[in-house]
Amino acid sequence: MTVETLLADLSLMTPELVLAIGALVLLLVGVYWRSEHGGSRIVMRLSMLLLVGAAGAAIYLAQGPGGDTFNGAFTVDAFGLYAKTAIFLAAAVALLLAFKYLETEKLAKFEYPVLVALAALGMAIMVSADDLITLYLGLELQSLSLYILAAFNRDSLRASEAGLKYFVLGALSSGLLLYGSSLVYGFSGTTEFAGIAIAASEEGTNVGLLFGLVFVVSGLAFKISAAPFHMWTPDVYEGAPTPVAAFFATAPKLAARALLARVLTEPFGAMVDQWQQVIILLAILSMAVGSFGALIQTNIKRLMGYSSIGNVGYALVGLSAGTAIGVWSVLLYFTLYIIGVAGAFAVILSMRKAEGMVERIDDLAGLSKTRPTLAWAMTALMFSIGGMPFLVGFFGKFFVFYAAVEAGLVWLVIIAVLFSSVSIAYYLRVVKVIWFDEPTGEFLPAPAGVAFVSRAAGLATVLLLPIMIGLISLVVNAGGGIGG
Amino acid sequence: MLQAAAFYIFSAIAVLSALMVVFAKNPVRAVLFLILAFFSAAGLFVLLGAEFLAMILVIVYVGAVAVLFLFVVMMLDIDFAELKAGFAENAVLGGAVAVVLAGILIATGFVWVDAQSVEANLQAPTPENMSNVAALGALIYDRYVLFFQLAGLVLLVAMIGAIVLTLRHRDGVKRQDMHAQVTRKRKDSVEIVDVEPGEGIG
Repeated sequence: MTVETLLADLSLMTPELVLAIGALVLLLVGVYWRSEHGGSRIVMRLSMLLLVGAAGAAIYLAQGPGGDTFNGAFTVDAFGLYAKTAIFLAAAVALLLAFKYLETEKLAKFEYPVLVALAALGMAIMVSADDLITLYLGLELQSLSLYILAAFNRDSLRASEAGLKYFVLGALSSGLLLYGSSLVYGFSGTTEFAGIAIAASEEGTNVGLLFGLVFVVSGLAFKISAAPFHMWTPDVYEGAPTPVAAFFATAPKLAARALLARVLTEPFGAMVDQWQQVIILLAILSMAVGSFGALIQTNIKRLMGYSSIGNVGYALVGLSAGTAIGVWSVLLYFTLYIIGVAGAFAVILSMRKAEGMVERIDDLAGLSKTRPTLAWAMTALMFSIGGMPFLVGFFGKFFVFYAAVEAGLVWLVIIAVLFSSVSIAYYLRVVKVIWFDEPTGEFLPAPAGVAFVSRAAGLATVLLLPIMIGLISLVVNAGGGIGG
Repeated sequence: MLQAAAFYIFSAIAVLSALMVVFAKNPVRAVLFLILAFFSAAGLFVLLGAEFLAMILVIVYVGAVAVLFLFVVMMLDIDFAELKAGFAENAVLGGAVAVVLAGILIATGFVWVDAQSVEANLQAPTPENMSNVAALGALIYDRYVLFFQLAGLVLLVAMIGAIVLTLRHRDGVKRQDMHAQVTRKRKDSVEIVDVEPGEGIG
C-alpha cells in the first residue's frame, strides 16, 4: 500500500473519517470543558452537527462512482451510502430527542453523544463491510457503544439490568457469528466477500460452508432481534432510558438489516436456496411473536419492542425473495419505519406528568382532548407503522409483500397479511385509548426538540405521499448496487 | 524423525498437564500445570512453523493471564474442596458431555473435506523466504491497517464505557492544583508579625 492508494482509499471513507476524528475531538472537548459550564450541551450540539456533516459527506460521495478500498475490505457503493445517510440522520434525530431528557433526568454527560457518534460509525462500517473481519469489527463497535448506552442510567436497577442482559446476549450472538465466520473462512480460504462468493458458487452444497452460513445468519438475527433470537428486545426497550430505546429502534435496526441483505446477496448469493428457508422461518416466527406478544402489553415501550420484532418479520418476508426487489423494498420499508418509530418515541418522550415520566398505554387516555395535535400525530404514526393504506407505512409493507409474491412466495405473503391484521389490533388499541377514553391527567409541555420531531414525523406520514415515487426511485437506485 | 519425537513429547506433556489442571487438589499447582500446558502448546506451534503464535502464547498467556490466575487463586479465599463437592454428582453428565464433544471433534477430523476452491482463493498464503513475524507484520500494518485501526476504536469505546459506568466524582476530595500552587503569592501565605519582646504571639 503506497501513500497514493492510501489517500485514495481514505477519500472514499470521508463520512467515517469525519465521525471518527470528530468523536475523538469531542471527547477531548468534553473532558476539558466541564459539564457545569455547559460542556455536555456543547458536545451534544456539536455531535448533532457532526452527524449531519457525515450524512452530507455520504450524500456527496453518492454522486461519485464509489469503489472498493483497502484491498476489498471496505466497499463504497450506492447501497451503503444510502443506508449511511439514513443512519446518520436517524442518529442525529435520536440526539435531538435525548437533549432535554438527559438534563431533566440528570444524565447529561458528554459521553452520551460521543457514544452515539461512535455507534453510528460502527453502523457505517457494517453497511460498507466487504469482508467478514470488517463486518465483525463494525458490529462490535456498534454493539459495544449500544451496551453502554443501554446501561447509561447506572443508578437505575432496570437500566443496569437491561444493559447487562443486552451485553450477555449480544456477546453470545457475537460468538455465534464468529464461529460461523471461522467455518466460512475454513471452507472457503478467505474472509473477503468476493472470494466467499466464488467458493459459494462452486461449492454451494458444502456442509461446512452451510453451517457457517447458518451461524452467521443466527448471529445477525440476534442483532436485528428476529425471533427466536428476540428475547432481549422488550426488556431492553423497557429498561433503557427512553431516548436510548428510541435510538435502538431506529438506526441500528436499519444498519443490521442492510448488513444482512448484503451478506445474503453478495457472498452467499449463490446459496439462495439454502438460506431462503432459514429467512422464511425467521420471518414467520418474528411476525407471530411480534403480533401476539404485543397484544397483552400495558407498557408502551414494551409495545414498541414487540412491534419492532414484528416489523423485522415483515421486512424479512421481502428479503426472503432473494431478488433485487427484495433488497430495495427492505430499504424502503426501514426508511419509512424509522420515520414512524422516531415520531412514536417522540410522543412517548412527551408523556411527562408532574410526578415524572409515565409510560403506560393507559396514561395516553384522552390525549385527543388534552393535546389534540399530539393525538393526531400519534394516530397517524401508529397507523403508518401498522401499514394502513393511505399513509406512507403502507407502501413499505406493500413492496416487501410484492417482492415475495414476485418470487413465488404467495403463501408466505398470505401468512404475513394475516399477522399484519392481528398487529393492527394493538395499534388500534392505542388509538382507542387516545380518542375514546376519559383523560386522567395532563402532560407537561414537551421540550421543543421532542415536540418538533413528533409533529414532523406525524406530518411526514402524509406529506411524504406525493414524493413517494421519488423515494422509491432513490431506493431502487441504491438497492440496485447489490443482489439480483 | 527428530521432529516427530518432539511432537510426541510436546503433545504428551500438553495432554498430561491439561489433565493435571483438572485433577490437581491444590489450585496453585493446577495453575502451574496450566502454564506447563501453555508452554508445550507453544512448542507445538513452533513445530508448525508459527513462531509468532508461540511467542504470543508465552508472553500473553503465560506472562499475563496465568500470572493473573495465580494472583486470583492466592488472593481470594476460596474453599476449593467445597467447590469440588458437587463434582461426583455431576461426573456422569459432565463425562457424557465431554465424550460427545470429543466425538464431534474426532468425527469432524475424519470427515473433513476441504472445499476444492480453497487453494485458489487463499487470502494470505505464507510468502516464500519471509519469516513468520515479518509476514504477519506486513499484513497487519499494511494490507489490514483498516482492521488494526478499527480494533483500536473498539478498545477506545470499551475504555469510555468502563469510565462512564463506574467512575464517580466524589465531593470533598482534595486534589493537587498545579496552577494554584505555582501562582501562589508570598503575601497570600506569609504574614510578618512584629512580635513585641516578652509578649509572644497570642
